[in-house]
Amino acid sequence: MDEGRTPRRGISPRLWLAGGWLMLALLAAIFAPLVAPQDPLAQDLMLERLPPFWMNGAEPGYWLGTDSLGRDLLSRLIFGGRIAFIVAFAAAIAACMVGSTLGLVAGYFGGWADRIISRIVDVWMAFPPVLFAILLVAVLGTGLSSVILAIAIIDWTRFCRVIRAETMGQSRMDYVENARIAGYGRIGIMLREVLPNVVPSIVALLSLEMGIAVIVEAILSFVNLSISTDDPTWGGIIAEGRLSIHQAWWVLVFPLITLILTVLSFSQFGEALKTRFDPVLR
Amino acid sequence: MSAICLDISDLSAVLPNGQRVLRSVSLAVQPGEVRALVGESGAGKTMIGKAVLGVLPSSVRVVAGDIRLEGEDLGKLPPKARRTLIGARTALIPQDPLTALNPSRRIGSQMTDRLVRILGWNGQKADTRIRQLLDEVQIRDPERVLKSYPHELSGGMRQRVLIAAAFAAEPRLIVADEPTTALDVTVQKQILRLIVQLQREHGTAILFVTHDLGVVAKISQKVSVLYAGKVVEEADTAALFAAPQHPYTRALMAATPRYTDPFASLKPVDEAVLAGLASEIAAADQAWKRPHG
Ligand SMILES: Nc1ncnc2c1ncn2[C@@H]1O[C@H](COP(=O)(O)OP(=O)(O)OP(=O)(O)O)[C@@H](O)[C@H]1O
Ligand SMILES: [Mg+2]
Repeated sequence: MDEGRTPRRGISPRLWLAGGWLMLALLAAIFAPLVAPQDPLAQDLMLERLPPFWMNGAEPGYWLGTDSLGRDLLSRLIFGGRIAFIVAFAAAIAACMVGSTLGLVAGYFGGWADRIISRIVDVWMAFPPVLFAILLVAVLGTGLSSVILAIAIIDWTRFCRVIRAETMGQSRMDYVENARIAGYGRIGIMLREVLPNVVPSIVALLSLEMGIAVIVEAILSFVNLSISTDDPTWGGIIAEGRLSIHQAWWVLVFPLITLILTVLSFSQFGEALKTRFDPVLR
Repeated sequence: MSAICLDISDLSAVLPNGQRVLRSVSLAVQPGEVRALVGESGAGKTMIGKAVLGVLPSSVRVVAGDIRLEGEDLGKLPPKARRTLIGARTALIPQDPLTALNPSRRIGSQMTDRLVRILGWNGQKADTRIRQLLDEVQIRDPERVLKSYPHELSGGMRQRVLIAAAFAAEPRLIVADEPTTALDVTVQKQILRLIVQLQREHGTAILFVTHDLGVVAKISQKVSVLYAGKVVEEADTAALFAAPQHPYTRALMAATPRYTDPFASLKPVDEAVLAGLASEIAAADQAWKRPHG
């Protein structure tokens, strides 16, 4: 009479690869002063535009080469990761808290709460996001906290929309009605019955949002609107690399690869986590 | 206590467009009695169940009549007291056992939670109670079932779990809304037998919603026949099958296939009967409109 348990899949290669890269990049960023082979800010005109290690003229200790001021590219990428991850975590968590809460409330309570929240989301999403971000940073002033705030202010709607739709679907399920018959309060049902069923989506979105925050931060620092100009940022390095593309392509290519790998890993990691969190898919 | 377990009188409910979905429904269930509610799809059977359990869709509004649960007029209670009363005295055995269980919570926690949080039992007592009920619904490996998520069980097992959960808090009234329709034919009989068995042992009254007269004959003491939200006939089950009074009831019986020869007597309800019903409904609506504007 029983269907057997569905066999649990092990950790997928996707989760391994994405998680592995993120872990590597994160650890490198955290322990940057210990890991980075050089001082990321030290300029040395004798060492300018050194190529990466496999090419002629490479110097040991400068694995990915140097930029036009003689600064070590690998060290700059590692230190740039610090800002990237701080922004990714802080902005994504802030956007997630605001967006998921509003989405849950709109989806579960419906009616006026839903109408008001949905209208705000519509208006919000009418702004082109990148322009919105640049505008916000211009208003809030440059600096780490205003970049984080800007990303959260723009992107909470992504959480709100998805979580609202999921919550609505869940709220129509019979188990919610059963809980009401049993006499549970509305807020209790929302938090104890419905929320656990939307957590997998929240986790996936959170990870995706971290990737998006990394891109937005890179864009902002690319247009020189991000953090102070001294600390290396991935966007800043890309901007410099663009200027010397013909003399030193590596200064552009390596930060781009780093950025893309990180963003892809975040989104893949989120998807993989979602399937692990979901009791039905797991 | 000799109060009527469930007493619905003159209950009318309307949709936003003013159309009545329940037409002055009156229906009483005595303690420990099984009352079948039979009618074709869309007759309003589920609606009556939802009205009793206090979970009518927001678009449906009760405009007249009242529902008494063991003498308490639900409409006159403040919302919180009503919820508590319904939670303590009633339970639902639903149609679809999959969606009626929370997919992300283990069976055990879902079942005990209700006893602990609603009835204020301690965890130990709730756990013992749940195991006892799982035994009563003939679940042989309670350990595994309690630890499972709903999707890890078969449909029949899920419905057993829900029956156990419904009886666990010793409600006075259970609404069973087509509890076997979503199941395999082979499992249907077992589940039906279980419900009847537990009903007898616990002395619980059941409002049993079905469109299957065969089921009605097997399990109920009383029947209400519903058509378009109106009770067209009400009788002792034996009397109804011996001598159906209303033409619609007779037509329903004629349309019900026998187990021995499933296709022989499958007939649509007669045109004349339907026309008669239509004018009966229209007359009832006329009569209702006068005092209710
Ligand atoms: N959420 C709703 N809002 C408005 N009308 C509804 C809603 N749900 C059902 N109805 C209408 O109310 C009437 C009664 O529906 P109900 O679900 O009670 O029928 P039923 O007898 O349970 O039928 P079935 O055997 O198909 O379950 C139907 O005409 C239906 O279209
Ligand atoms: Mg129904």
